[in-house]
Amino acid sequence: MLDKIIAFICAAIVQGIPLLYGATGEIITEKSGNLNLGIPGIMYVGGISGIIGGYLYEKSTADPSAVLCILIPLLACIIGSALMALIYSFLTITLHANQNVTGLALTTFGIGIGNFFGGSLLSFFGESGSISLLTTGKYYTTPFGFSIGDIEISFGFMAYLAVFIALATSFVLNRTRVGLHLRAVGENPATADAAGINVTLYKYLATCIGGAIAGMGGLYFVMDYTSGAWTNNGFGDRGWLAVAIVIFALWKPKSAIWSSFIFGGLYIVCVYIPGLSSATKELIKMLPYVVTIFVLVFTSARKKREHQPPASLGLPYFREER
Amino acid sequence: MSNKSGRKHEPLIHITKRASMVWYKAWIVRAVAIVAALLVSAVVITLLTKDNPVEVYAAMFKGSFGTERKVWVMLKELVVLLCVSLAVTPAFKMRFWNIGAEGQVLMGALGAAACMFYIDDKIPNVALIAVMLVVSILLGMIWGMIPAFFKAIWNTNETLFTLMMNYVAMQLISFFIMIWVPNGSSVMGTINSATESGWLPSLFGQKYLFSILIVAVTTVALFIYLKYSKQGYEISVVGESENTARYVGINVKKVIIRTMAISGGICGLAGFLLVSGINHTVSPNLAGGVGFTAIMVSWLAKFNPIVMILTSFLIVFLQIGAGEIATTFRLNESVADIVTGIILFFIIGCEFFVQYKINFRSKHKEEGHA
Repeated sequence: MLDKIIAFICAAIVQGIPLLYGATGEIITEKSGNLNLGIPGIMYVGGISGIIGGYLYEKSTADPSAVLCILIPLLACIIGSALMALIYSFLTITLHANQNVTGLALTTFGIGIGNFFGGSLLSFFGESGSISLLTTGKYYTTPFGFSIGDIEISFGFMAYLAVFIALATSFVLNRTRVGLHLRAVGENPATADAAGINVTLYKYLATCIGGAIAGMGGLYFVMDYTSGAWTNNGFGDRGWLAVAIVIFALWKPKSAIWSSFIFGGLYIVCVYIPGLSSATKELIKMLPYVVTIFVLVFTSARKKREHQPPASLGLPYFREER
Repeated sequence: MSNKSGRKHEPLIHITKRASMVWYKAWIVRAVAIVAALLVSAVVITLLTKDNPVEVYAAMFKGSFGTERKVWVMLKELVVLLCVSLAVTPAFKMRFWNIGAEGQVLMGALGAAACMFYIDDKIPNVALIAVMLVVSILLGMIWGMIPAFFKAIWNTNETLFTLMMNYVAMQLISFFIMIWVPNGSSVMGTINSATESGWLPSLFGQKYLFSILIVAVTTVALFIYLKYSKQGYEISVVGESENTARYVGINVKKVIIRTMAISGGICGLAGFLLVSGINHTVSPNLAGGVGFTAIMVSWLAKFNPIVMILTSFLIVFLQIGAGEIATTFRLNESVADIVTGIILFFIIGCEFFVQYKINFRSKHKEEGHA
């Protein structure tokens, strides 16, 4: 029984890691006042950029080294997802476009890019079959673990990195001047501007860094969870769950850690409960979304100040318009 | 920031909001944006296919207008997208971000499918279709009114609420399919394929004509409702400023809930058309992301139902065309999403040049300050 519970918790954490990357990235973005609904698309692009980077490297050399196998996809992923976030930033910040419309267009675009290159990358090089980067996947899945008694618990390095990034984000947001300025921009950009903070720069940087972190969730999924294999639409709707976790965690990166693991658990719990009919399983899969709705309703009903989203979330800032 | 030289600092460019732009100039800007987007897409497609872009666009055109059948399929896609775009418009005009159209469509589809499944040929076909229509619209309404209710009383964030409702609806459909399909398969076949009860009849031998007519009537009705009715006016006022609306005595909560009921109801109608008029089956992917595309269609048309016919045609044409390219040039069909994305970015971006004016620093002024 105990080993089953631990196996479930480990599986929940593995499911939760991509969500945690996405949620941390979206928290940074939303703290600057940008509601980036393009996160699901960015996560697809993060995954496929990593795959393309890894594929080209594995193809170019007969003897891939471990360091480059890890660094090249990681770098490709960060560049790809940051570029996506840059499109969003340029349209919403510089061109004052509507954030929801831009975000949804970015999601369509990003999922399209992911599935397009996922489906045709090999045929560009005259190969057939489906993408499977065994060597790169091997390095990404190398477990780092510990054991309690005779139960072994281990994850790939990107799982630890996700938790570290969430903690670091929490520190930067709450304990540093940069974090203070960023929160000021998200709460009231006009006041922040008057105080001499470069609102445009903060919004651009927060959105692009947030996008890059979210993209790493896609990378973790393709490199660690599926060991270097790509399936079209394999990432599913996890991007929207990441957006939901931001609300569930009340815009706090530290709470996002355990929230992601809970959501990861809810995502797969139906597999671990014995004796369920397949119809009931479908109902249980509804849980993450229903839970998010409840959190939304309760936080809005209680109106506690520290539980509210950044005050200017979703609104464009135009200095000349006050 | 500091003016050590004592000269007044003036940035190279500064941006001011236009009071208004002549309508034809605004449309010229938008047309230029679409042309630019098509050029960029052409470059992207040429890089991918290494083929002549003119041929590629010819293939796109053939995809929508190649044969009579293709035209009907295109019209079918068009009316579904148009119907959902119409649905999100009233809510959108009120600044209520209903991105849950997908879920409301699915609930409508679920209602229609349930009626077909349980009632089948126990009552005459006309009665069955009427029941299905009512149930679909009601379910869509309920799905739309739940977030509206919480928005009205507690100002709950509707963007995320409606988004989550999409997935709840999808899981509900998966749940019912599991119950309805006995062998544990997760795919629902064609419902009532023997009796054809609950299927919208063909008109003049055309399967989709009935659905097309229903959407055409809805388009005109919504145009009149938004433009000439008192309720339509209230929606605009609430959208412009809730405080103004309260000041002039509009019951904002009532308007929010009522408008979302309409929005959800039209989505339910789209769900009914998908099941009864077009697919005769139900699946969690039945709506295929149409809820998101509809938001962009509605926004591009500036909430005008008649213009929406054009904008939804543009999107459908691009999507079908890109699909045709994918088959002709053996590409993955996701190229359609990429092209749609590029075009949307350009159209979204060009609004900036419609609304704002860019002023360059003039030389003359600079000399004056020196």
